[in-house]
Amino acid sequence: MSLVRTGARGVRAGSLAWHLGSLAVLAVVLYPVMWVIGGSFKPNDEIVGSLNVLPTDPITDNYRRLADGIADIPISTFFGNSLFLALASVVGVLVSSSLAAYAFAKIGFAGRNLLFTLMIGTLLLPYHVLLIPQYVLFQKLELINTYTPLLLGKYLATDAFFVFLMVQFMRGLPRELDEAARLDGCGHLRTYWSIVLPLCRPALITSAIFTFINAWNDFMGPLIYLNEPEKYTVSLGLKMFVDQDGVANYGGMIAMSLVALLPVVAFFLAFQRYLIDGMATSGLK
Amino acid sequence: MDTAVNTVPNPAAPESPATAPPGGGTASAVPAPRDGHPRRPAGGAPRRRNARENLAGYLFMSPWITGFLLLTAGPMAVSLYFAFTDYNLFDAPRWIGLDNFTEMFGDPRWRTSVEVTGWYVVLGTPLKLAAALGVAVLLNQSRRGQGFYRAAFYAPSLIGASVSIAIVWRALFSDNAPVDRAQQLIGLDPGGWIGDPDKIIYALVALTVWQFGAPMVIFLAGLKQVPRELYEAAQMDGAGPWRRFWNITLPMISPVLFFNVLLETIHSFQIFGSAYIIGSQGNACGPADGTLVYTCYLYVQGFENSRMGLASAMAWMLLLAVGLVTAVLFWSQRRWVHYEEGGR
Repeated sequence: MSLVRTGARGVRAGSLAWHLGSLAVLAVVLYPVMWVIGGSFKPNDEIVGSLNVLPTDPITDNYRRLADGIADIPISTFFGNSLFLALASVVGVLVSSSLAAYAFAKIGFAGRNLLFTLMIGTLLLPYHVLLIPQYVLFQKLELINTYTPLLLGKYLATDAFFVFLMVQFMRGLPRELDEAARLDGCGHLRTYWSIVLPLCRPALITSAIFTFINAWNDFMGPLIYLNEPEKYTVSLGLKMFVDQDGVANYGGMIAMSLVALLPVVAFFLAFQRYLIDGMATSGLK
Repeated sequence: MDTAVNTVPNPAAPESPATAPPGGGTASAVPAPRDGHPRRPAGGAPRRRNARENLAGYLFMSPWITGFLLLTAGPMAVSLYFAFTDYNLFDAPRWIGLDNFTEMFGDPRWRTSVEVTGWYVVLGTPLKLAAALGVAVLLNQSRRGQGFYRAAFYAPSLIGASVSIAIVWRALFSDNAPVDRAQQLIGLDPGGWIGDPDKIIYALVALTVWQFGAPMVIFLAGLKQVPRELYEAAQMDGAGPWRRFWNITLPMISPVLFFNVLLETIHSFQIFGSAYIIGSQGNACGPADGTLVYTCYLYVQGFENSRMGLASAMAWMLLLAVGLVTAVLFWSQRRWVHYEEGGR
């Protein structure tokens, strides 16, 4: 609320104070990250006990030892598994959610309002109510220890958040466009594919990134459904690391944790505008 | 639950003229999906047109409908049935009436898990939202670098739920680690938080507060929509910054605040991964059950003890609790959430 100050000096002083304040808060918030990045270059016995961000004598052993893998499994296996799951999730969510969203936003079918209400209802439903029966279902189908239970829902648009996000976006598109398409003889499939989808690019990108990151970070799903270390995701590999080495190998654990975050951080740096705008609209529209 | 569900997008509806129903939706609070297609187009063959729209609609909806029946509605019904049975996944479920519920209420570990989760929700959610709102107000100035700060504060929300950060948190809050050291600097010597069943929950609360960036982004978007004239007028009348915040900012962003309270509360009831990892020392969920959050105990009962019936009963109690809190929030919003008439 800087409305009063009009003189140039006042503005500059206010700006400086604002930056100092923001940076101070930022330093507190980002300290854990800085500390752990520094810690990954410290020898084991120096990590926990030190408040310092910078290592006195940087070493790279913690990272080099990652080449040994976890429990004789190379960490590239975990990364490959996570990458496959995350990418397959993205494809599923984009296809199934955009189809449902198009129907909600652009087709006047009977029962639409009822289904929309149900969809919003699932947005608030705690996932844990479905946990046991879904597990039983997949167990009866003998799909435990496969990736199907982790992916099926993505291809069936069960993540209401993304459907909702896309519905909101599609409703904002000028309706003259699809009316024109209709007059030109376009069916719904053509309109969906050639007109609505290309215009929805921002919403699709936002959904894709969130899906990727959620799948990458997911812990409970893989924990329940996967029981063979060769199929483990990065999250489960990390858990195995904790169970195995625990406190004895802080350096390795921290280095592995940081490497595990790299894809998320890369996505964030590349697409942060889409993420933040997507987040903001989810609350406003 | 039902009434709650009906009104969900409501908090936001008035904010976006583009998506608000033009004629004013009367029957339901959900902004009905509206577009240029009248139900019965004048001229042509309305009935055939309707049939075609219905067919197209249900074809497009078929993945969602399959998913809803197979992975949501069906499992919910089955889970309700399981809640009244003794079921270990291998023998057929056996009906035992309310036994699961009586066992649950009499189980001290269950009560611990309710307490731990309650503390987590009651402490974590308000602190997180306060941090989010505070930083959003700080950032809500058109200055250079705003985008950078916004992104930097948002980043923890993306990585905070990962196993990696849970491991980092364990390191930060253990004995003699930075948090302990920092306390020693100001003359306290509390020992590590991770090994202490009474304190480990605060490490978990700190982790959720650390992820204030997501609600902050939503607050910022809400703050941007508050008309500047209001502040200018208030300033003319001699209102100080605190009065302006209290009498203008808060009421104007109350729909966004409501949205954040609702989502964050529901989310924090469901915390699992971080609690599991931060607490894990050989066994899940913390030394002496210090981070035995509700879902952790549900996991233990269902997947470690193979008590699928009991775990289903627990899941339904969670659903009831979340539904109750949601209903109370929606009931309370009449008193403190201000929607502008006519959607501005």
